[in-house]
Amino acid sequence: MTTGMKGLKSFQGGIHPPFDGKSLSKDIEIVQFPLPEVAYLYMSQHIGAPAKVVVAKGDVVKKGQKVGEAPGLISANVHASIAGKVTDITFKPHPISGARTQVVVIQREGEDVWAPGLDEPQDAEAMTPDGIRNLIREAGMVGLGGATFPTHVKLSPPKDKTVDAVILNGAECEPYLTCDYRLLMEKTREVIEGLRIVMKCLGCKNGYVGIEANKMDAYERVRALVGHDAHIKVELLEVKYPQGAEHQLVKAILGREFKPTQLPIEAGAVVHNVSTTYAIYEAVKHKRPLIQRVVSITGDGVERPANLLVRVGSPIEPLIKASGLKAEANKVVYGGPMMGIAQPAITDAVTIKGTGGILVMSKAGEWQSHACIRCGKCIEACPYGLNPSYLSILCESEHFQQAMEFNLMECKECGCCTYVCTSRRPIVHLIKTAKYELGRQRARAQEAQKAKEAQKAQAAAPAPVK
Amino acid sequence: MSNAQEKVVAPASGGLPTGELLVTTSPHIRGPEDIPRVMWTVVGALLPAGLVGVYFFGYYAFFIVVLSVLAAVLTEAVIQKYLLGQPVSVKDGSAVITGILLAYVLPPGVPWYIPVVGAIFAIGIVKHAFGGLGNNIWNPALAARAFLQVAYPAPINSDWRIIKESGSVLSNITGVDAITQASPLFKEFGGKTYSYVDLLTGRVPGCIGETSVIALMLGGAYLIYRGYVDWRVPVGYIGTVFVLAKLLPARIEAPWANDPIYHVLAGGLMLGAFFMATDMVTSPLTRRGLLIFGIGCGVLTTLIRFYAAYPEGVCYSILLMNTATPLIDRFTQPTLLGSASGGKK
Repeated sequence: MTTGMKGLKSFQGGIHPPFDGKSLSKDIEIVQFPLPEVAYLYMSQHIGAPAKVVVAKGDVVKKGQKVGEAPGLISANVHASIAGKVTDITFKPHPISGARTQVVVIQREGEDVWAPGLDEPQDAEAMTPDGIRNLIREAGMVGLGGATFPTHVKLSPPKDKTVDAVILNGAECEPYLTCDYRLLMEKTREVIEGLRIVMKCLGCKNGYVGIEANKMDAYERVRALVGHDAHIKVELLEVKYPQGAEHQLVKAILGREFKPTQLPIEAGAVVHNVSTTYAIYEAVKHKRPLIQRVVSITGDGVERPANLLVRVGSPIEPLIKASGLKAEANKVVYGGPMMGIAQPAITDAVTIKGTGGILVMSKAGEWQSHACIRCGKCIEACPYGLNPSYLSILCESEHFQQAMEFNLMECKECGCCTYVCTSRRPIVHLIKTAKYELGRQRARAQEAQKAKEAQKAQAAAPAPVK
Repeated sequence: MSNAQEKVVAPASGGLPTGELLVTTSPHIRGPEDIPRVMWTVVGALLPAGLVGVYFFGYYAFFIVVLSVLAAVLTEAVIQKYLLGQPVSVKDGSAVITGILLAYVLPPGVPWYIPVVGAIFAIGIVKHAFGGLGNNIWNPALAARAFLQVAYPAPINSDWRIIKESGSVLSNITGVDAITQASPLFKEFGGKTYSYVDLLTGRVPGCIGETSVIALMLGGAYLIYRGYVDWRVPVGYIGTVFVLAKLLPARIEAPWANDPIYHVLAGGLMLGAFFMATDMVTSPLTRRGLLIFGIGCGVLTTLIRFYAAYPEGVCYSILLMNTATPLIDRFTQPTLLGSASGGKK
């Protein structure tokens, strides 16, 4: 176990900005935002295969009705977040990947009532692990910390792996974001109930709750609630980004390490964040699919930062305007400042399941980048043991193969190196570009290979009769 | 954060008032440190040693420092503007540091053209011919000092001023009172031995900025506190000299031959260990590498002092270790998370 400042549990590397922006929205209670007139439901709100549309244009759907179905294991269902009519099935650029992705458009109509069979209290105590897993899978659950990995996959460990620790991730280390903190404060019982459901599903007796030391009230509240439950330990963590990333959390709490490209299961752990765990509670206890979540609207570009309960697929413009968009705001980011994705326009963007925050920044600028002066700060900050200095230089000069030798593919793009870079080098940008370029090269090579084989097959076959 | 009093108007129509949104990759915030901040802080940390130098050696020493800085800055500006067609970056402070460091390793009585030629060499050849800040292999000031040693041996090796016993500031501007030994480490017969107190304060012969151990340590400690200098370099360097000076059989006919404290306090070691060997560009990237680098500097310095013709070994040992930096980097790469505990490849 790595122990950080003041004996708090921690990890090697990482950063903490002097102003972390939490104060803007941390004390603002969650409020339900008015339902959108139109909801845009991306069929790809998760890692894995896009969901298959199971409704048709003109269909009338109820709240929570399935509109997209997972075609395989690594995928997730998508449900109507409002009751209404399917007015279009089209393609839109994805807010995270930028790729054109299928979208089901629903115009709100009628009352906000659940589809039949949903919103019924369930007896979680009596359920089997498979029963729990099915409910979660049906609910279209994905990791709501932003990575959007399908939750049921995390709950189906391979047979040769054992899970001896379930960690509830209450670190919320991304600066500015407060949705998890608000849930921990306002829905403490439900969140902890969600953790117990996950533990039951995995047959795991050891639950941990990791909370950063800047959220003492949440820590006290959880401790009071967990009380003498010997199976759940509440741990106080050093305030440091990326404390809430799976590798760092597992290291801090369990003292175990696994490679950046590996999953926590390699270390016998399963990690779920607070928003996911709350949604699991809703899905299992009340049979409510994942159609809404808490979104922090924050940053110095809005007058009144807020934590809003928002239906999935809501256009973000009303959310931001309701929070008092400032005239000098010039950057809108999905997620936090460290890993969030900047949006080209607010008029077109809608929330997805992974949207835990929308950061609106004022007078955001760009940085002049210089040659690396080899200060080594990036290496000290990298929580994954990479050499960002080398990687940035190799990627910049397009020496991608050499970059691979320096573990290019192990980079999680957490942004610590770029944050500390004295030369203001866009290290993460260079790494992302290199990965993209490599992906394209691989695709091209595969195609060439295929074409070659086809040619060979053709040559071997008897000439077709014309 | 923006001022609450600022007039803010939510736009009436859709979209943002300014029209376009800035789209960049993450992260969207940056830490407080950048090149000018680091460089100007180093300049500040170098000042105490220079002030002491000027106090003991006189105003001519100040003139040499200013000349050296001006020459360095001007050379950089001319090269960037007229030869390379780059934006002129002298405001980042790095050429100023080179100018100061070069002056600090020159004898206080050198002719005026020595710092000028040295600065042109340091900035033009050692820095910009290799690609500018970040790409140079050797510490520009030290490489220039080595160049001057070869090109102008007479003024570099013999033009030294003794400090007046009174420590008077004003009398040494023009008049050379006496030519004396170049360094407290002068190992020929008849060299004078100085007290620890004089070595600490800087009341000893030597180069302009290298004599005051206290002033140098003050600046160095501040840079360690600010995180611009990793303690492994000065500690590894000075510690190694201390240990080896005690252990190695010295071939020096002096009372301080095997006195580790004298070896640590005298000569250019403090300036080298805190301000030269710690140059980010020319030293290794990782903490492990920096420790190896510091120890290597210490070994070479002691070997040169003990067994070579020069009284001093700081300049050449750091330059040699600069040369070895890529090699050290190669063997001290960071360890990938999870690879030590047997995670699968």
